[in-house]
Amino acid sequence: MDFGRVLQEALPMLLEGLWLTVRVSIISIIIGMVIGLLMCLMKMSKNVVLKAIANVYIWIIRGTPMLVQALIVFFGFPQLIQMTINPNFRMDAYTAGIITLSLNAGAYLAEIYRGGIMAVPKGQSEAARSLGLSQSKTMMKVVLPQAIKFSIPSLVNQFIITIKDTSILSVIGLAEVVNKAKTYVGSTYVYFATYAVVAVMYLVVISVLMIISNYIEKKLKYEAKGKKKS
Amino acid sequence: MTHINKENKKVVVTNLHKYFDDLEVLTGIDATIFEGEVVCVIGPSGSGKSTFLRCLNKLEDATSGTIIIDGFDITDKKININKVRENIGMVFQQFNLFHNMTVIKNIMMAPVSLKKMTKDEAYNKAMELLDRVGLADKADSFPGELSGGQQQRVAIARALAMNPDIMLFDEPTSALDPEMVGEVLDVMKELAAEGMTMIVVTHEMGFAREVADRVLFMADGVICEEGTPEEVFGNPQNERTQDFLRKVL
Repeated sequence: MDFGRVLQEALPMLLEGLWLTVRVSIISIIIGMVIGLLMCLMKMSKNVVLKAIANVYIWIIRGTPMLVQALIVFFGFPQLIQMTINPNFRMDAYTAGIITLSLNAGAYLAEIYRGGIMAVPKGQSEAARSLGLSQSKTMMKVVLPQAIKFSIPSLVNQFIITIKDTSILSVIGLAEVVNKAKTYVGSTYVYFATYAVVAVMYLVVISVLMIISNYIEKKLKYEAKGKKKS
Repeated sequence: MTHINKENKKVVVTNLHKYFDDLEVLTGIDATIFEGEVVCVIGPSGSGKSTFLRCLNKLEDATSGTIIIDGFDITDKKININKVRENIGMVFQQFNLFHNMTVIKNIMMAPVSLKKMTKDEAYNKAMELLDRVGLADKADSFPGELSGGQQQRVAIARALAMNPDIMLFDEPTSALDPEMVGEVLDVMKELAAEGMTMIVVTHEMGFAREVADRVLFMADGVICEEGTPEEVFGNPQNERTQDFLRKVL
């Protein structure tokens, strides 16, 4: 079934692609988490303008396929900028890929955070406010730490989706693992073995992520870890 | 009791109205509470007792009327409510200890992050308070590991850590198993004996009778009757009060 051949011929280039997949995923998840938190707080703020910006952003991202978003970021925006501001503007697939993935993850993460924040009982923030803490301090010290914990299962779910969505970026020529596999298949016609190897690679990466998240989730249980002597 | 200072009005409420949408929950409350006074608020469910209490530290916004705490009109939009709240401790029915922090961190958090104390000062104060409520050995436990009674004692310690001069109690024993009510009431009695100004919404008539300097009876969003425990429990004048006391005593 040609597995031996694929491993021998294509493994180095597939691993190279996988490494790019992992890098782009990690960077996009980190940026997406920051965007998501910002958008979530904007959406929950009392300021109408901030609220509207967040709502429109989430609406557009959730309402359009990531494939289309990637095409707009990679082909559309550079053309727009070339026509208006700077005729020499260029954007590489790596940058466009990270922008697309981060924006995409950010919108979903904003809603995940919001769900987490709403799951924190109201009494928690009331107790903090009654002690004289401002709204922002209450958020930082009491609500968000608990909200993140409630959000972990959904966060991990979104991380997994983001890792898998990197494969969509092959359409803009990002040389991630699926793109590399396509190139190899194009000259050898070894479909099954090549794509099976790619599938296994995703499985391995996502399994590692799940093991790490289970570990973190256990760590975050609120229990005394060995009493300190004072 | 002798510790009441009639010269110093800690809380002055004038014609307080509160609506939740179209529902009028408080229909004109007037009350004055003096320094060192222990006031128990009693009355049937839905009479607005808790709403009244929550208006006093602006967890609920008054719809109209004025509330003056320590000379600050907290219904004034320009007032920095956070500063006023630093001097008003509150204890909730559901304890509301911060689940993400150990007991000692729960108590230290506000004084440290509001820069009232250094970490060391807050730690010493927290340990002293824990000792006082009999829970010094629980400093490093998380709230989820404590019984309801223990959590509520920690919640009282947490409120006291800010050195408040008024304490609000919102049905502090209503969520407790019966055998734990006593331990919480004991801490409150001690606090009352030390001269703390306390406003206690409660269903514990025994506590009100024993500890209160004054009892307010609320029904339908107004204070129907007030007086010393002897007056209110021994010789109630208002029909609603008589009816309520017949049912609960």
